[in-house]
This record gives sequence, structure tokens and C-alpha cells, in this order.
Amino acid sequence: MIWLGIETSNAPLSVAVVKDGQVLAEIVQNIKQTHSVTVMPTIEELLKKVNIRSEEIDAIAVAEGPGSYTGLRIGVTIAKTLAWTLKIPVVGVSSLKVLAANGQLFNGIICPLFDARRQNVYAAAYKGLQLEKIIEEHHGSIDELLLRLDQTKEPILFVGLDVENFKDKIIEQLGDRAYFANSSHHLPRASKLIALAEDQPMPTIEDVHTFVPKYHRIAQAEAEWIKEQKKGNQ
Amino acid sequence: MGELIMKDIYILAIETSCDETAAAIIRNGSEIVSNVVASQIESQKRFGGVVPEIASRHHVEQITLVIEEALKIANMQPNDLTAVAVTEGPGLVGALLIGINAAKAFAFVHNLPIIGVHHIAGHIYANALVQPMEFPLLALVVSGGHTELVLMKEHGSFEVIGETRDDAAGEAYDKVARVLNMPYPGGPHIDRLAHEAKEAVEFPRAWLEDSYDFSFSGLKSAVINYKHNMDQRGEEIIPEQVAKGFQDSVVEVLTTKTVRAAREYNVKQVIAAGGVSANKGLRTSLEQAFNREGISFIVPPLKLCTDNAAMIGAAATYMYEAGVRGNLAMNGVPGKELINWIK
Repeated sequence: MIWLGIETSNAPLSVAVVKDGQVLAEIVQNIKQTHSVTVMPTIEELLKKVNIRSEEIDAIAVAEGPGSYTGLRIGVTIAKTLAWTLKIPVVGVSSLKVLAANGQLFNGIICPLFDARRQNVYAAAYKGLQLEKIIEEHHGSIDELLLRLDQTKEPILFVGLDVENFKDKIIEQLGDRAYFANSSHHLPRASKLIALAEDQPMPTIEDVHTFVPKYHRIAQAEAEWIKEQKKGNQ
Repeated sequence: MGELIMKDIYILAIETSCDETAAAIIRNGSEIVSNVVASQIESQKRFGGVVPEIASRHHVEQITLVIEEALKIANMQPNDLTAVAVTEGPGLVGALLIGINAAKAFAFVHNLPIIGVHHIAGHIYANALVQPMEFPLLALVVSGGHTELVLMKEHGSFEVIGETRDDAAGEAYDKVARVLNMPYPGGPHIDRLAHEAKEAVEFPRAWLEDSYDFSFSGLKSAVINYKHNMDQRGEEIIPEQVAKGFQDSVVEVLTTKTVRAAREYNVKQVIAAGGVSANKGLRTSLEQAFNREGISFIVPPLKLCTDNAAMIGAAATYMYEAGVRGNLAMNGVPGKELINWIK
């Protein structure tokens, strides 16, 4: 079984090929280049390196969100186009869970987060090797997240490049219960993404067409439109 | 001596620059084998215009379905194709990226060359699907985002001799439609109303003297002021007459300048392109004018005027023949300029 994994949900990029549970190759990069330019050449380079033709791939794993809207769409568009034309399934994995997998060995709660601006975050919380979900993937305020984490009375590991933006606040709320992953753990790895995808139910190839990112937020214009409609109905 | 057998060129084209997700297959640059368009108008109507984030979300939902449909209708397999073409720009960047990345992924799997096409070149080449282009040629490109006069001396050669200094014609149409409480997109409504009126409210024409440039913001303001003044006096406007007054002004300026440029550059053919070339008033006026001038005039059928992928495939065929190739690092270029592809 050959997997191709694609992770483009935020600024870093990761692509990996896993064959029968073995990671053959993985690229992780964190350079300021747009995914639109880099993803396809990186996939081409990686497949060449491991000497696998695209037709040999059996399934594709992609980070489905949350994250940067454009980043997610580039990864998902490439994943679903490859999957559709190769007639193979595509499996979506939470991009927060992919990041959490970097802290899988931590004895406590793992909290991956992305900055969503204006003191808001995309975040979730998991626990243990199995990454049992403690807090659902969601979009919300950093303050509320920290309050919820505080109630757990457990040590908490924060993972992700954006953690730095909230470090003071985290320490203020959680004190020495807060742990911070080192920088090598802040980048999502497509090999972890594939490992998580392997644990999920395999969708059918018919599901490829309807596969879309999980934005965890409706578009602003749509939110405003819904508000207007509600007003009109009152 | 053996006969030289020309291999047919089949281009799979993809277009997602704004609010239509489209794919088409074109044979030899002149024949539409399939042409699929998934429109977002129903969704975007809620917002009175195109919201970029919404457009991008819809493109992701539709992209593989639309490409699959184009192949199905054509009854073709990927290995029957010669190349993949996609709109590279101009357009909404987030929207462009969906088509571009789908095109690159598809081209990669099937080992096909990829060609990035300029959206306006596409609109112009929609006419190659109607009849062969003859040079020198003058193209009047009018859409929601563009109002340009483009001179072409041969395939792949573009010289913009005039363009709008402010609003695009289609943009002015949409804004005036809003003043008249017409739903988005406003162009077809104004066109219909204008044809229902006998008399027109008199609005100014922006001639900008010797230049081939255009300006529609003054006209738009004149319509808004007219409505405002009537409201203040407590008088009802007659939407048909306002629409006719507005459309008469737009059509007269576009026609007069196009005729003048066609004469000056001694062109063999004039073509209309872009969404606003679907406008009945404009089509009729240009047809009559070039009949009088004795110059061949072509305008694509309605469904090739609005955004579609067939036109991208038509332009791409000529680019393919000229040796133009993109690569897997192709990116969306929202402000892409119309430059020559021949050296």
C-alpha cells in the first residue's frame, strides 16, 4: 500500500511517501514561498526520489483544515485532482491533529494551535499516544481556550509555529503547567498525516468529488448574509 | 511520397478566474468537443456581486466534477489529450489557484504539457471557435473587469491601443442596475429594460478626444445624480428610460471608437469579446456599423461571451503550436498583462 501525504494548511509545507507502513521519504520545509508554486514540483521531486510513479499510489492523505483558507484549498485541490484522475481515495485529516502528533509522546495534554488573528485561534486538545480528543477542533478566543485547558489540571504541551504569539498569555494563565515544544516539533509532518489517515475509515473513490476543506468558519460575507436574513424574518 | 498526416490537437482547458468553474475540450483550436460551465450566480446573487472567498470555496467543490464532465461528454480519456491549458490570470487570485493547481496535478499524472493562458486572450480567441481570425484584427474586449481595444497583427501578438481609465463597462452596468434595483448581474436587465423604452433620459458621453481610452465613471455618476435629483423632487424615475439613456451612451462611445480605430489601423476583421459583448444593444450597433464600413465583424455566441473554458482552449492551441509551455511551478497572476506569446 503506497500513500502520498500532502500538508499545506499553513505556511510550512510537507509531503511524504509511505509504503507498507514505512516512511520512504518526506520533505518538510518552512520557507516563505507560496504553496501554489512549490507543492507540485515538490511532489514530483519526492516521487522521483523514491522511484514511484503516480499510478502506483494507492491513496492520498491531505490535511483538511483548519488553517489558511488558500493554503488548504491548494492542498485539497491537488489531492482531490490527483485522487480523482488516479481513481484512488483521498483521506482528510485534521491539520491540528497532524501537528499534535508531533507531541504524541508527551505525558499530558497536547494543544496544537494556529493564530486566527484578533486574539482568536484555531485549536484543539488531545491526550496520549492515541491522541484522544479532549477539546474539539474549533475557532475561538485564546482566552476561552486557556480557561478550558486550565480546568484540566494537567500539564499541557503547546505545539505550532504560532504558539510564540501567545506565549506570555499562556504562561500567565497556566504557569509551570505549560510546556512548549521545541522548534523542530512546530512543523507538521506529512508522514504523521499518513499514519493518522491509516487509522481512519477509508472513503470510497466516489467521495473524492465532494471532498472539501474543513474551514471551521463560514466566510464573512456569508455570516453577514445569514444575519441579514434572520433580521428580515423577525 | 508519403502524405504528411497532421495529428489532431486536443486541449483540455480549465478556467476559474472569477465565479464560473469551467472545463472544455477543444479540437485543433476551432472545434468545441465539450464545454462545461458550473455557474455560481445563484450563490453570489445573495451578495450583489462576486465575493472572492465564496468563489474560491465553490471552485473547490466543483473542479473535479467539471473536468470529469468535460471528458465524459467528449468521450475521451486523458491519454487522448495533447495538452492541458488553464487561465493563469488576470482574475481573483484565490479562484485562479484552484484551476491552476487542478491543471498541474492532472498534467503531472498524465505527463501532459501545461499552458497558462491570459484570460483576455481567451475572450478574444472565443471568436476562433466561430470562424478563422483574419489579421490585422481589432478586438473590443468588454466585460465586468475590462474595457479594451486590442490590435492584433498576427496570432499571439497583442497591442492594447485603448483601455478604460476608471470603471469597466460591465462594472458600470452592474452599478447602474443597482441604482435601478435590479438583481446581480445587472447587465442583462439593463439591456432588456433599454429595449422596452422608446424615449431615453439624456446622459453624457465621455469621448476623451483623440484617445482610444474609455471612461464610464462620469456616466455612472450622472445616472446616480439623476436618480437622486428625481427622488428629492419626489418624482418617480422611469427605469426603462434611464436604462436606455445609459445604454445608448455606452454603446455609442464603444461603437464610435471601435469604428475609428478599425479605420485608422485598416483592419480586416473586428471582433467583440467578453461578457458585455452578449449585450443585444451593443451587438446590433457594432453589426450595423461594420456592415456600413464593409469590414468583417464577428461576435461569439452568447455562451462563449461569458467566462468559459472553450475560449481558453482555443487560445491555448495557438500557444501550443507556437511552442509555449508552462511548468509545475505555475502560479496565479491576478494582474497578468496581455503580452505577446510570439517572439
